[in-house]
Amino acid sequence: MFRLIEVIGKRILLGLVTLFIVSLIIFSSISLLPGDFAQAVLGQTATEATLKAFRESLDLDKPVITRYFRWVAGVMQGDMGNTFSGRSTGGQGIDVSRPVVEIMLPKLRNTLFLAGVTAAISVPLALMLGFLTALFRNSIFDRTANAITLSTIAMPEFFLAYMLIILLGGYLPTIANVRAETEFLQRLLLVTLPTMTLTLVIVAAMMRMTRAAIINLLASPYIEMARLSGASQAEIIFRHALPNAWAPIATVIAFNMAWLVVGVVVVEVVFTYDGIGKLMVDSVGSRDIPVVQACALVFAATYISMNLLADIVGIVTNPRLLHPR
Amino acid sequence: MSDSQTQHAAIAETSTVRVRRTRWQRMRILFSRAPLTAWFGMVVVAIYAVVTLFAPLLAPYGEAEVFSRGDAPWSREHLLGTDRIGRDVLTRLLYGARNTVGIALGTTMLALLIGGSLGLIAAINRSWLDQIISRAVDTIMAIPGLIFALMLLAIFGASILSLILIVGITYATNFFRLTRSVSLNVVVMDYVEAARLRGENMVWIMAREILPNILPPLIAEFGLRFIFVFLFIASLSFLGMGIQPPTADWGSMVRENAHWITFVPFVPFQDAFFYGLKPLLPAGCIALLTIGVNFIVDWFIHETSGLRDV
Repeated sequence: MFRLIEVIGKRILLGLVTLFIVSLIIFSSISLLPGDFAQAVLGQTATEATLKAFRESLDLDKPVITRYFRWVAGVMQGDMGNTFSGRSTGGQGIDVSRPVVEIMLPKLRNTLFLAGVTAAISVPLALMLGFLTALFRNSIFDRTANAITLSTIAMPEFFLAYMLIILLGGYLPTIANVRAETEFLQRLLLVTLPTMTLTLVIVAAMMRMTRAAIINLLASPYIEMARLSGASQAEIIFRHALPNAWAPIATVIAFNMAWLVVGVVVVEVVFTYDGIGKLMVDSVGSRDIPVVQACALVFAATYISMNLLADIVGIVTNPRLLHPR
Repeated sequence: MSDSQTQHAAIAETSTVRVRRTRWQRMRILFSRAPLTAWFGMVVVAIYAVVTLFAPLLAPYGEAEVFSRGDAPWSREHLLGTDRIGRDVLTRLLYGARNTVGIALGTTMLALLIGGSLGLIAAINRSWLDQIISRAVDTIMAIPGLIFALMLLAIFGASILSLILIVGITYATNFFRLTRSVSLNVVVMDYVEAARLRGENMVWIMAREILPNILPPLIAEFGLRFIFVFLFIASLSFLGMGIQPPTADWGSMVRENAHWITFVPFVPFQDAFFYGLKPLLPAGCIALLTIGVNFIVDWFIHETSGLRDV
């Protein structure tokens, strides 16, 4: 038991170190920029006084280490700085820039809603299809499912999204313009097509991995033994293979959830869904670095913790990993 | 007693049986075994290669030539119509093959070059250098690729050069891991030791002793990664952060013409249908190539690994 806690603790520590280095990389995106950052943002027409004010407002005149720790301290307290857009550039103009967190939070909620709905649909669906394809291996059903999933994985997400719009756009809303006051059912209706797109991609990947995890086990001697003693195919899969397959399957689920967090970006843009992915793409377009940094940090942190979760689930469910040779 | 065989030396028997097949014969046998899907992939790739090489000859107009009529329907002058600002869609589709596929290919090669050589060096060296590179790669891989690329593009601005460099470095991590892990098994072989004792330098050992032995998995990985890089760049272009206009490219073509799908209800074989094809055709071109390459890689892995379907 102590061994288990020790291994998990080590893994979490490693995750924290990774997160620390990633935050360093994200932060240094401003500091290590070639040339004068203030000039790049404010343009060639900016006066020397404006540039100086801008540098001071961003602490660009302080040493890098001071700035990094200020930034991290700010992030810990939920303060990620103000946006660049709307910042006064003329010296006497009014500063209408807003705190990044204020902009980000409602969008983050929207994204989590989309990802949550997708996960709630795709996980059971993928597991069911995975079991069935493993059960009826090499049947026509299995082959068709394989061919379809292989092609959905190979297609760009926006292609799938537009195909769905063409097929179902007459019946379902093609623009997911949710607002804060949109009711739950209305929200569900609006995200139907984005959810379907994400589900198609993610179910394909998850189903193939689930199937592979089960089939991998079917080669073990104890399955051979069960088969020789007369167990049916369904019995073998559900009674003998599945208990041992849960570990890889749980890892697969967590891994795909990590992918989902990033996969929303393109889908949000296609359906103009007001989420954090679209926010990031928009801010990259306008080079609003504080927003880009904040979004990148949120995405990276979610991604890292999801992968961490996948690892921990793998360790807990597979005792063999506790005793490395 | 016949006099056909008077000697019974082993060399005489084996030499008559084991006539080495020429390269050409081996290729023919290989191709005759190729499944239908692999043939499909090869035909697709061949067509794309021709279009990529001869785009200026095939295209009816210039790459960024603007005509007076924007959003024109299909006609004799503009076989697939024009886009919003009046550029011929067919022309841009053909040039798009050159730019999109060419840049993806170049990026994948760059990634292979960086990742492959670093992987080889790490495998041979196995000291602090290996540790440093490996940890750096772990960190880059912990950041989701799309987010990493978007962030860097926000800083350096979207140009073709920065796109190739950023995506190349992102994907070099995959090549590094594969090369390192495969070469680790080769580095310990006796013939590498012999070469080292012979006094060959590092470059020789890398290129002449190790590389030939790790080539098949590297080639398969190259094909597979090419698909990912291709899709990745197409997605970035679709998001407006990849290849910039006026350079024709499939991802941005989808983006520029997407309003025909999003805002116009789809009715088969009416005007709106043909407008809807404007964004759908480049998207379809992307999907077709990825599926084609996928099939070829599948077949290649199957042939070189000697794995049979269980």
